Amino acid sequence: MSEISRRNLFRAAGVLGASAAIPAELRAEARQSRPSPAARQQAHPKPAARAPYRFFNTLEAAFIEAAVDRLIPPDSQWTGAVGAGVPGYIDLQLAGAYGQGARLYRSGPWDTGLPSQGYQLALTPAQLYRTAIASLDRQLKQHVSSGAKNAPAFARLSSDDQDGVLRDLEAGKMDLSGIPSAVFFETLLANTIEGFFSDPMYGGNRDMVGWRMIGFPGAYATYLGIYTNHGERFTREPMSIAQSPQEHHPMPGGLPPFDSGVQRRG
Amino acid sequence: MARTLPSVDVVFVGMGFTAAIIARELKDSSVKMVGLERGRARNTVPDFQSPSMHDELAFAVRHGLMQDLSQETVTFRNTPDQKALPMRQLGSFLPGTDLGGAGVHWNGQTFRFQPEDFRLRSHHEERYGRDIIAEELTIQDWGLTYEDLEPYYDRFEYLLGVGGYAGNVGGEIRPGGNPFEAKRSRDYPNPPTAPAYLGVLFAKAAMELGYSPYQVPSSNMTRAYTNPEGVRLEPCMVCGYCERFGCEHFAKSSPQTTLLPVVLQQPNFALRTNAHVTRVNLTPDGKHATGVTYIDLATGQETIQPAELVVLSAFAFHNPRLMLLSGIGKSYDPSTGEGNVGRNYAYQTMGSVSLFYDEDVELNQFMGAGALGTVISDYVSDNFDHSKLGFIGGAYICAYTTGARPIEYHPVPPGTPRWGLAWKQAVARYYNHTGGLQVHGQSCARRTNYVDLDPTYKDAFGQPLLRITFDFPENDLRMSHYVTDRAGEIAERMGASQVVVNPRTAPYSVVPYQTTHNTGGAIMGADPKTSACNRYGQSWDVPNVFVTGTALFPQNASYNPTDTVGALAYWTADAIKTRYLSSPAPLVQP
Repeated sequence: MSEISRRNLFRAAGVLGASAAIPAELRAEARQSRPSPAARQQAHPKPAARAPYRFFNTLEAAFIEAAVDRLIPPDSQWTGAVGAGVPGYIDLQLAGAYGQGARLYRSGPWDTGLPSQGYQLALTPAQLYRTAIASLDRQLKQHVSSGAKNAPAFARLSSDDQDGVLRDLEAGKMDLSGIPSAVFFETLLANTIEGFFSDPMYGGNRDMVGWRMIGFPGAYATYLGIYTNHGERFTREPMSIAQSPQEHHPMPGGLPPFDSGVQRRG
Repeated sequence: MARTLPSVDVVFVGMGFTAAIIARELKDSSVKMVGLERGRARNTVPDFQSPSMHDELAFAVRHGLMQDLSQETVTFRNTPDQKALPMRQLGSFLPGTDLGGAGVHWNGQTFRFQPEDFRLRSHHEERYGRDIIAEELTIQDWGLTYEDLEPYYDRFEYLLGVGGYAGNVGGEIRPGGNPFEAKRSRDYPNPPTAPAYLGVLFAKAAMELGYSPYQVPSSNMTRAYTNPEGVRLEPCMVCGYCERFGCEHFAKSSPQTTLLPVVLQQPNFALRTNAHVTRVNLTPDGKHATGVTYIDLATGQETIQPAELVVLSAFAFHNPRLMLLSGIGKSYDPSTGEGNVGRNYAYQTMGSVSLFYDEDVELNQFMGAGALGTVISDYVSDNFDHSKLGFIGGAYICAYTTGARPIEYHPVPPGTPRWGLAWKQAVARYYNHTGGLQVHGQSCARRTNYVDLDPTYKDAFGQPLLRITFDFPENDLRMSHYVTDRAGEIAERMGASQVVVNPRTAPYSVVPYQTTHNTGGAIMGADPKTSACNRYGQSWDVPNVFVTGTALFPQNASYNPTDTVGALAYWTADAIKTRYLSSPAPLVQP
């Protein structure tokens, strides 16, 4: 580890414990000013009772809940990644096909490669998170001399110190049991952004809060009559896949559909 | 033990646009055809339907309609002295899979190449002298001309139902169209798209600078259309889920919406899906194909399909790979310059300009379509004087509005942190108030850019992967800087508060998406030593093997390739129908 990251960690160690007992979500709420009730409902959807995690263990959940809310923090106008349900989104992704490395070419031999050659680790996304978070926690604890020894270390840091650790990860200054920290950070950041902006059916973007924040309307099937109203603000409520009309178009031209999977023998 | 099926006259390897075109052109013949598709069958109903198709995560980010790399990928390196490693995740390009191929998830931007693109080396030597072409560039003439292809471009555009305003009909230059386009025999079948807001801002600025903006020729329907095959398409709804998605509305031309409904009813054609071809079988002397071997993915059964004629009609990578796996032609070696298969792999040289507007400018780019754009061709190909520029080639400059899906599109100005509160607030501030210009550039072939078989990595069936060796030639980087600067000048007049110019830089990386316009590897030409196929796409080495698609391109032009891919398929089909079938032999004597 470099001097810079060590400095961050030592600084972090000094303040551990101060906010450890307060869940990230509640801390976020405490910092917010209070808009009108209606606006508040949309900008800060009421946290649903959290579903149990399928993939994350306690240590991992504590890290993820703390880290994603630093990547996309709450502010006076809009909730952050935790309020939008991003930890649950990432959990389901890692428990499913993506986490298991579906569609990833996974044959060796393995080599570090050049940046232009992209991801070259042998790990699936699920293995990447599992290995990286445990390794990070061990390294953080080495610099902690007080507080509950077994409690997840990252979540007990102050926000500023969490940001310092995340910056070190981003800059590739740490080795997470062989994983370059930047590779883990970029995966985490990408998955966090996915969880904030993907359709709510995946567990994040709760009440379409990410879409409301930027003005993206979601799954509308047509703008044919209005896209030429140049410069006009689009004010209709966003729509998720679950809210969309579910009906199939008829096949045009009087031609019968050809059946998926049916093969004629030549 | 492989089973052997009864012989057919023609077997297609890959059932996308080009195979469907050739199969349709042979509908009245007595030939018996089988189309082998390694993916599954799929159709507009029920596979591309709302609301499930409006899922950015599944289709745009997780690449639900694209090649599954766990089964097969490519390896990549920038230069021949590096070690190629497998592309483990999709990024820079997105080859399609399943019935219809990449023709399902393309944008529908439907440009013809210009006459000089087909005579690239000759044209530049004639106009500027030999010295203008850098020594490392291995650009070649195609062995055919724009005039040869014009009737076939016309066929394909009427099949697709392209919407556009022609700039040159029969030699008459018409204001409002593209004044640089070559002579076309008639109008587009449908009217042009109505521009989006960003396109209007672009057109005004471009005209002030003396350029000639026009609407991108679009295969997203601008009105209901019944094509010459009797298949009906419906108007585009501008829903913003087009590129990377299948169209729910029957509004984007694809094999499914233009041809397959009739091809699949031909008595002389049979489709076989889940059929993964592993090689073309040759006679012992290697000069004649006897058919193909494939694995039935449903059963694992190795199957031999004997055929009189083999058409390699898969995506660009797979055609040269199958040739190399089968021993058709000679693998290109950059150290000697010898070998005709694998040479002249090229790509697309993409630059861009970002425009950050004040908050009262609502661009609404989520209302988009794959080919909705306003474009100028003033810096395409040799439409501008290159004598003092130090490069050849060019790029079109386009304001596209193809949909602004937020996982992938959340632009912020340079200097903004990549995460945290400042990032979040910048995303909210800039999402609907940021536009972009695309600088879509030519890609010249280069001696050290090529494809061959990887010595180390294998696919799921134990066969070597294709290895890509590629980086941008200095010529193309200079071109990108020059044209992107011109795009920046236009952007400065478009009323944005901040303009950022992003020309293409080296090294090429397989990580960020650029385009799926991969070309070359089985190129056409006039000389069997420097091309894999003759001007009809017929293999020089095994004349009963034909190749289709962008693998045939000796280098890539500024414009998107699909119109030329379709035109070449009609051209090849015509040669097979009118000449080859009656006399199966080389159509060109070397």
